[in-house]
Amino acid sequence: MSTDAPARPARTLKRIVSHVLLAAVALLFLYPLIFAVATALKPPGETFASPPSLIGSDVRWQNFADVFTYVPFHRYILNGLFVAGAGTLVVLAASAMSAYAFSSLRWKGRDSLFLVFLATLMVPQEVLVVPMFLLMRELGWVDSYASLIFPWAFTAFGTFLLRQFFRAVPYELHEAARIDGAGPVRIFLRIMLPIAKPALGVLAVFTFINFWNSFLWPLIMINDVSERGTVPLGMQLFFGQNGNQWHLVMAAAVVSILPTLLLLIALQKHLVKGIATAGLGGR
Amino acid sequence: MATTPLLSTAAPGRGKPPRRKRPGRRAEQWSAFGFAGPSVVGLGLFTLFPVAMAVVMSLFHWPMLGEPSFLGLDNFKYLFGEDPNFGVALRNTFIFTGLYVPLNVIVALGLAFWINNSRFAQLWRVLFFIPAITPMVANAVIWKMLLQPDGTFAYYLESLFGISAPNFLADGRTALLSVVAMSVWQGFGYNLIVFSAAINEMPSNVLEAAQLDGATGLRKFWSVQLPLISPAMFFATTMTLITSMQVFTQPYILTAGGPGNSTETLVMNVYQAGFQSRDLGLAASGAWILFAIILLITALQFVGQKKWVHYEH
Repeated sequence: MSTDAPARPARTLKRIVSHVLLAAVALLFLYPLIFAVATALKPPGETFASPPSLIGSDVRWQNFADVFTYVPFHRYILNGLFVAGAGTLVVLAASAMSAYAFSSLRWKGRDSLFLVFLATLMVPQEVLVVPMFLLMRELGWVDSYASLIFPWAFTAFGTFLLRQFFRAVPYELHEAARIDGAGPVRIFLRIMLPIAKPALGVLAVFTFINFWNSFLWPLIMINDVSERGTVPLGMQLFFGQNGNQWHLVMAAAVVSILPTLLLLIALQKHLVKGIATAGLGGR
Repeated sequence: MATTPLLSTAAPGRGKPPRRKRPGRRAEQWSAFGFAGPSVVGLGLFTLFPVAMAVVMSLFHWPMLGEPSFLGLDNFKYLFGEDPNFGVALRNTFIFTGLYVPLNVIVALGLAFWINNSRFAQLWRVLFFIPAITPMVANAVIWKMLLQPDGTFAYYLESLFGISAPNFLADGRTALLSVVAMSVWQGFGYNLIVFSAAINEMPSNVLEAAQLDGATGLRKFWSVQLPLISPAMFFATTMTLITSMQVFTQPYILTAGGPGNSTETLVMNVYQAGFQSRDLGLAASGAWILFAIILLITALQFVGQKKWVHYEH
């Protein structure tokens, strides 16, 4: 780049203008979320003030407490954490194990079975929910945690992703471990899993979020929302019952958003990397 | 592009191992069963079996309670012939997709180029990604409040532009558009990250060569940068198309399909047929039609990509 003197201030100015505009766009974009937080803190009668104002006559933290007394929101959060946590563990364990079998072990039928795995990736959830509902009823899993966890815990995607990772492990490493007398279980636990840590982490975050946000399936499976409801389901029920109390509805929305927002802030690098390199998390 | 190695379907195996005979070939077979077992059983029970069941169910009158009876293709005939809602749901889903996918891609692409000049690119990426990760139900409820007749959007439309606002969610002309707007806001952050990564990986030697040849501005964008990131665009449009055909939560919360059935989508139709009308066979048939459309669109995308997607090798 040339460094002729007059060009520089112009470029700096352009950069500043670009950033100011970008900040304005971002603010406009975030307005609905800011609005939700502001409304959640307003007194009941001021939610539709005209002209719209983000600040009410009083800051009412009480709204948040009210949400928790109107419905068992703490229960939804605990249910959500449990279902998403357990689901993520099952996904990670099952995918890592099968990815190891498909990448590093040699066995009859491996490649054709893997093609079947890949084919299942194309089937949309909607095709599965109707027969899955019958299956759950046969298993006696209606209104149970198991029905929220297991049906979606064996995705070919995790296997596929981790297999790509395991394949990058040099053959010599396997051979050396084998000569040292390590069996497949030892190799899997001591060599493969540590190597795949970054991929496992990214898969874990996205799996957790998918479970946490899932709506259609809990809507079908869970009738007893106050006992087994997750956050989106509880949010929807709360909205159905208190639809005109917008200050409370917004408080509930903020409560549902908060855990995912914290997760995003804490793990932003992994999330961005996961999307950019593995196409994770599309919905 | 970064996603290609992960999406390759090349035969597994890390090159040919040495031809020395290894001990315990039998043992390896058994441990492979152990390792692959949970996934194979899980996928068999929770994916392959339901898929097979879905085929069978679509051919039956299958009430939620009571005995199923064989119908042949009557469910499909009903959906395409007599069902007053299915055709509308199909049309709405196509309109939604036709608006949502281009808007999503254009906004994401524009912002991706914009933020990539910024020193705070990561910050912008994360900011615009927020609603893509927060629960859709909560996002939709917030928009529902903003879109009320006496809400914020209506107020600013009138005070800033002097346009008297319709009742966005209750007016047949604006309800579906509102669902699209909310969905674009919610979803484009994902593609923004995909594009942004692709822009970062544009090979600098190609860009420099283009610069030396005098390519600037729009010309550089159309003839150099866009082809360079076309694999990412292909990936993003394909994924976004598939997910947008499956749209459910946004219209379910915002409009419940209304007014009338002007925002009812295919998945809502499946849900209603199965779990409100309790006709599981009909729901299975609707789901198969959705699947067939998704497969068709994806296949067309893959055929069409030869015309506009440039891979480097």
